[in-house]
Amino acid sequence: MARNVQPAGQPAPQNAMEALTPEDAAGQENFDRIIAKDSRVEPKDWMPEAYRRSLVRQISQHAHSEIIGMQPEANWITRAPSLKRKSILMAKVQDEAGHGLYLYSAAETLGTTRDEMMDALVAGKARYSSIFNYPTVTWADMGAIGWMVDGAAICNQVPLCRASYGPYGRAMVRVCKEESFHQRQGFEILLELANGTPAQRAMAQDAVNRWYAPSLMMFGPPDDDSPNSKQSMAWNIKRFSNDELRSRFVGMLAEQVKVLGLTLPDDEIRFNEDTKKWEHGPLDWEEFKEVLAGRGPCNAQRLERRRSAHADGAWVREAAAAYAAKQAAKQSSTNAQKAAA
Amino acid sequence: MDHSSSLGGDASASATRITPGFALRPEDIALAAEQGTATPGGDVADYALRLGDDALILAQRLGHWISRAPELEEDVALGNIALDQLGHARSFLTYAGSAWGKSEDELAYFRHEPEFRSAHLFEQPNGDFAATIARQFIAANYQFPLYRELSKSTDPMLAAIAAKAVKEVDYHLDHSTQWVLRLAGGTEESRRRMEAGLALMWPFVGELFEDDPLIAKVGDAGVVPSSLKEEFDRSTGAVLAEAELDVSGHPMATGGGRLGRHSEYLGFILAEMQVLAREFPGAGW
Amino acid sequence: MNEARLPEGTAPAPAEGAPRWPLWEVFVRSSRGLSHVHAGSLHAPDASMALRNARDLYTRRNEGVSIWVVPSDAIAASDPDSKGSFFESPQGKDYRHATYYTKSEGVKHL
Repeated sequence: MARNVQPAGQPAPQNAMEALTPEDAAGQENFDRIIAKDSRVEPKDWMPEAYRRSLVRQISQHAHSEIIGMQPEANWITRAPSLKRKSILMAKVQDEAGHGLYLYSAAETLGTTRDEMMDALVAGKARYSSIFNYPTVTWADMGAIGWMVDGAAICNQVPLCRASYGPYGRAMVRVCKEESFHQRQGFEILLELANGTPAQRAMAQDAVNRWYAPSLMMFGPPDDDSPNSKQSMAWNIKRFSNDELRSRFVGMLAEQVKVLGLTLPDDEIRFNEDTKKWEHGPLDWEEFKEVLAGRGPCNAQRLERRRSAHADGAWVREAAAAYAAKQAAKQSSTNAQKAAA
Repeated sequence: MDHSSSLGGDASASATRITPGFALRPEDIALAAEQGTATPGGDVADYALRLGDDALILAQRLGHWISRAPELEEDVALGNIALDQLGHARSFLTYAGSAWGKSEDELAYFRHEPEFRSAHLFEQPNGDFAATIARQFIAANYQFPLYRELSKSTDPMLAAIAAKAVKEVDYHLDHSTQWVLRLAGGTEESRRRMEAGLALMWPFVGELFEDDPLIAKVGDAGVVPSSLKEEFDRSTGAVLAEAELDVSGHPMATGGGRLGRHSEYLGFILAEMQVLAREFPGAGW
Repeated sequence: MNEARLPEGTAPAPAEGAPRWPLWEVFVRSSRGLSHVHAGSLHAPDASMALRNARDLYTRRNEGVSIWVVPSDAIAASDPDSKGSFFESPQGKDYRHATYYTKSEGVKHL
């Protein structure tokens, strides 16, 4: 397969067309045409190396977020306060493993193996959504995560169903469909608590207070400070800017919180009639950068848990591979005997 | 290997029909009890309680694996099995509770240790993956013929719950069999661990097949445990023979779970499972 | 489970060094009468585990009544670089389609 061999991290030559082989030039032309038509790029198509790298980065980060994101919720499976809630939570955390798998397989179509991505994650070299580095300290956090964190994720993900890279878009279609219950179950947990005893209600308000700002920051840095966004939008991977999605999300929260009878910890939420956009108070981007840089409350714990699950499972994966090899060898010697006879 | 050969999914496949399906749910059982169309007698309720407790404790144990399994695919597989078991538990407990005016949650969260009727096998710690597989292998080989026979129960609700459960346990049986074969026939280490796992779990086989006075009292509404032992020996024996594993030397432990005498582990399981519900008695969730 | 289509031992041998589970492509039939459609991929040590993993991963919500798994390596695909010529021939051969025949329009049962 013809590939652009532009090495990672180096700027493209001034006159890119001159440096391309005729094959690559034709590939680039075809790629540009696909993007211009808003059609889809498929795994075996020629694509610019930067596009491929950008997708691997985004899809693997997304997959890692699903996998690491299992932990803060798995934390409450054994303590869920009713059997119905226990079933729902188990199904939800299990769905997240499934979503991670859909996304890893989408990323694998770009020529990066899941093992490579997993190794990068446990080595602390890959990023995942910074919100999962906050602890889940009460049951109400299950509600707040479902309502706000999954809510923000859905806002981000729905436009990704139309991402220009086919396998990514298709994985997102599946993810979005399955996620529709995640946000609702979270909202209903909070609704139940908000209408419960005063202590339950306080628990719900406290969780909303803690998860509000981190969930807004899930959309990424403000547009003027988001280096990758522009290129991503030009490639039809991203469809809306970080701030645009964040503003929409705040608008939804502001309406939905009324149904809960709770409040959002932000006095500055308002709908700007001139810009027709929702506005919110300032966010602590320094904290965001700190957590992203590995200095959040649970970064070390989350990575260690993934690392140990992977390491503890190594002997199982080896055993199954060894068994498969033995069976295959047995099969081929049987076939050989049959052929000889 | 060229991983870029992966095709990456199809939009129309993603758009495949998703449905909740049709099956007996705990909510249906609660509704039937409310309408007075299906309420068990005391003995049948006691019997349903033990089946429910076995499944509940097993689900609680399996639930711990989610996010810790040896491979992500196995997180999903163990999650499915845990959800199945929890579903069975909820059905049996809902039905049992309807005899005493108690909900599934009142039974799960507000009984004390001696009031539980789970067998010791289900209370055993997860250990490593091989120990969990050993426990699953025993559990599924016990539950499969049990539910198949119970689906012919003279009690229509027990029969209906079992008819749903047996299909799911059929898969658990297959899952554990596949893994017993792979771990036994994989590497030296996996074989050593599989043997160690069986050594840990096998002593709790005996209790599962013990008859007691309640079994006589429920008659044809229930299944006589000892009547299932021969099939258990045969079905486990075939797999163990293929895997060249020998369990004949393992001693049988004294049980007592059906009488409320439990392993040391149950107290810890309940402490964790019940803590939040007990902190807010009477609260809704 | 019916595995008649997938003889044991179809798994590609694991690579040297740390054994890795190979990649499999999953095809799901959503109901009787419909084709199997590509759903995605997964990792498994062999064909029978691949089938089971596919069942757990791709049919959690009643999406299927039948599953195929194929080692990703076993799939031969047409070359995307030559797609212009590869798929050019049918272009313009509109006489292969019923809509080409306009004079018979309106004639019953035709």
